[in-house]
Amino acid sequence: MSRNKKVLGLIFSNMHDNTIADLTKERTMGSVLFGGRYRLIDFPLSSMVNSGIDEVGVITKSNYQSLLDHLGSGREWDLASKNGGLHLLPPFSHVSSGMYRGRLEALYGVWDFIKTSDADYVVLSDCDVVANVDFSPIVDSHIASGADITAVYANDVVTVEQAQKATVFGINDEGRVVDVLTNPYISGACNVSLNMFVLSKEFLKNLVLEANSHGLVSFEKDILQARTHDYKIMAYRFDGYFSKITSMDTFYKANMNLLNAENRNKLFITNRPIYTKVRDNPPAKFGIGAKVKNSLIGDGCIIEGTVENSILFRGVKVGKGAVVKNCILMQDTHVGAKCEVSCVISDKNVKIGDMRMLTGSENYPLYIGKGAEI
Amino acid sequence: MYTKKECVAMLLAGGQGSRLYALTHDMAKPAVPYGGKYRIIDFPLSNCVNSGIDTVGVLTQYQPLVLHDYIGNGQPWDLDKQYGGAHCLPPYQTALGAEWYKGTANAIYQNISFVDRYDPEYVVILSGDHIYKMDYNDMLEHHKAKNADATIAVLDVPMEEASRFGIMITNDEGDIIDFEEKPKHPRSTLASMGIYIFTWSKLKKYLIENENNEAEDKDFGKAIIPNMMKAGEKLVAYAFDGYWKDVGTLDSLWEANMDLLNPNIPIDLYDPDWKMYSRNPVLPPQYIGANAVVENSMITDGCDVEGIVDFSVIFEGVKIEAGATVTDSIIMPGSVIKSGAVVEYAIVGENCVVGEGAQIGARPETFDNRDDWGIAVVGHNITISENAKVLPKQIISENV
Repeated sequence: MSRNKKVLGLIFSNMHDNTIADLTKERTMGSVLFGGRYRLIDFPLSSMVNSGIDEVGVITKSNYQSLLDHLGSGREWDLASKNGGLHLLPPFSHVSSGMYRGRLEALYGVWDFIKTSDADYVVLSDCDVVANVDFSPIVDSHIASGADITAVYANDVVTVEQAQKATVFGINDEGRVVDVLTNPYISGACNVSLNMFVLSKEFLKNLVLEANSHGLVSFEKDILQARTHDYKIMAYRFDGYFSKITSMDTFYKANMNLLNAENRNKLFITNRPIYTKVRDNPPAKFGIGAKVKNSLIGDGCIIEGTVENSILFRGVKVGKGAVVKNCILMQDTHVGAKCEVSCVISDKNVKIGDMRMLTGSENYPLYIGKGAEI
Repeated sequence: MYTKKECVAMLLAGGQGSRLYALTHDMAKPAVPYGGKYRIIDFPLSNCVNSGIDTVGVLTQYQPLVLHDYIGNGQPWDLDKQYGGAHCLPPYQTALGAEWYKGTANAIYQNISFVDRYDPEYVVILSGDHIYKMDYNDMLEHHKAKNADATIAVLDVPMEEASRFGIMITNDEGDIIDFEEKPKHPRSTLASMGIYIFTWSKLKKYLIENENNEAEDKDFGKAIIPNMMKAGEKLVAYAFDGYWKDVGTLDSLWEANMDLLNPNIPIDLYDPDWKMYSRNPVLPPQYIGANAVVENSMITDGCDVEGIVDFSVIFEGVKIEAGATVTDSIIMPGSVIKSGAVVEYAIVGENCVVGEGAQIGARPETFDNRDDWGIAVVGHNITISENAKVLPKQIISENV
C-alpha cells in the first residue's frame, strides 16, 4: 500500500449478531470467542494493523462491555498510539441516529469521528469472517481501478442456509459487480461477499450524507443493490483461507477446521500474526493419565483426562477420567472427573460437575450458556 | 509534585551465570528461559509488582541485549509508570570517567542518584538468579517492626547443604550476630537468599564508605554486611519457608523446571492471587496431534506436538515431529525436534534444530557408574545434524 495514502479502518462489531444469537446474548459478534484464544474481532483488527492501517474505529451498538474489556487501549494490536490508534465508537445520541438500524445509519452516527481523520481511504469490515487479509493490494487495486466502491468477495460453495445469510455478487469479465443478491435462495458455487469494502473517504462522505437525507439505512440494499449501475463497484477476489460464520453450525465448523494443519498454516501466518488480549496464563499442564489427540489447547489449561478433536480455550480444566470429544470449551470451563462430554460448545465459566454426561451432535452441537453450572 | 516512594527495588541482573555455560553465551542469566513461558527475571519482577513495589531498577552489564529487549518499558509487569516503573540501568559514563560495575555494592553505588530520585525510606536488593514467590511487603513490615537497619531473608536449609551458602547466625530475637560465607563447619542452617532490605539512608552511607576504601571488595556479602555488623547496626533475619531455588547451575535449572511437574513441590504457577507475569509471544494456541502422546508436561502457545512428550517443559513455538520422543527434558522457545530424534534428560536451548534420528542425552539407569551421567545441554541457535549423538554431561555450543 503506498505510504503516502493514509487508510482508516472501520469495524462493525455488531453486524450479524442475530446469526449466532446464543453466543451474542451477552456480547457483540466481535467479542465472540474463537479458536482457543481469540475473539472474532481479532481477525479484522489484526489484518488491518498488519496491512499498515494504524487508525481503526470500532463501531458498536449494544452489549459491548466485553468488547471494551477485550480491546482496552488497543495496546496488544499496537494501536495504543498518539497518532491514529484505536477508537471505540459506541452509539452516539444524534438527532437522527441514536440506535442505528443499518450500516449507513451507523456511519452517519460516527461521521464526526470519520470527518476528523486525515485518511484518504476507508476500509470497512464486519466481524463475521475469520481470515487473515492483507488489505494493501485491495486498496491499491481500488485506487488503480478508479472504482467508487471495491467489494471483497470469495468464490465459495454454499448451502441454501448460508446463502440466505449472505450477499452474493454477479461479476462481469472486467471484475465489475453487475448484480447484487441479498439473502438469496441459492446454493452451490457463488461469489460471496466477505463484507469488507474499500472507498475513498470523500466518496464515503457523499454516500453517508446523501443516504441520511434520503433516509437510507442498508448499505447492501440501498447502495450496493439499488445503485449497482450508478456507481462503479469493483469486486476483489480474496483467495486466502476464510470461514464465514452464519450460524451456530458454521461457527462450530469454523472452529473445528482449525484442527487441520493446512488451514491453520493459512490463517496463522508467521509475519502477519493475529493479536489478542494477553491473559498471563501459565503454560497448559498435562497431568498423569492425560490423553490428548488432535486438539488445540490454550494456555492455563489443566488436563487430567482425555481430550479428542476439541478446542480448549485458556484456563479450561478437564478432570481425572473425564472424556471430552468434538467440543469447543471456552475460557475457564471446568469439566469434572469422569464426565463424558461430546459435541458441546460451552461458553465462558461453565462448570460441569463430576460424572455428568452431555452429548450434542456434530450438525447440532449442544450449547451451554455463560456461567452455567451443571 | 509526585510523592516519594516508600520502597524501591534494585534488581542485580548483570551476572554472567558462567555455570550455565552455553545457555548464557549470548544472554545474562536472568534472561534464561524457565518454566515454559517465563524467563528467570519474571519471578523477582512479578514478586515486586505483587508486593506493591512499582519502582524497579534493573542493573545490567553482561550481555544485556536480550534482557533490555525483554523488559522494554516494563509493560508486561504493569511497570510502565508515569513515575517509577521498570528501568534498565547499565553502567554509564560520567564526567569522572567510565567504569564497569565492580561488584554488587558498586552497582548500587553507581546508581545512588537513580534511587535518590524517588527519595525512598527503604531499598530492597534482589538478584535475578532465583525461582521463588515471596511477598517483599511482609519482609518490609518485619524490617519496620524490628526497627532494623538491614533485613536479610533466610531459608532454613539442611545441615549438609549449609556450607554452600552464606550462613547467618542469629540470637533468640532473630537478630543477626554473625555471618559466615560458605563455612566448612556451619554454626547455623539459616542461608541467605540474597534478598536484602536496607533503610536507604544507612545503606547509602555504607556504600559511600565502601567505595572510598579501595582495598575492600565492592560486594554486599563480603563488605557491606560485615561492615554494618562491625559498626553495630541492627541486622535482622527474615525467615522464609516457601519454595526457593537457585538456578545457577545446569542441574539446578533442570531440577527447578522439573519441580513444576511435581504436584508435591510447592511452586504453583496457577495461583490467581500471585500471578507470574511475562512478555507473552503472539502465537496461536498449541496443537496436539492425532498421534501425539503427552503426559506429565507443561506446554505453551505456538507449539505443534506430533510426537511423544513425557515429564518435560516445552516452551513457546516448539515443534516436536511425529516419531520424536522428548522425556525428562526442557525444550526452549522455537526449537524443532525432528522425526525419530530422542531427547532424554536434556536442556535444548532456543531456536535449535535437532535433526532426524539424533540422540540427545540418556537415561541415568543406562549408566553403571552414575558419576558418568548428567544432563546433556544444547546451547541456543544450534543445529544438531541427523543421527548425531550428544552424550550425557556434554554441553554443545556449536553446530554438530
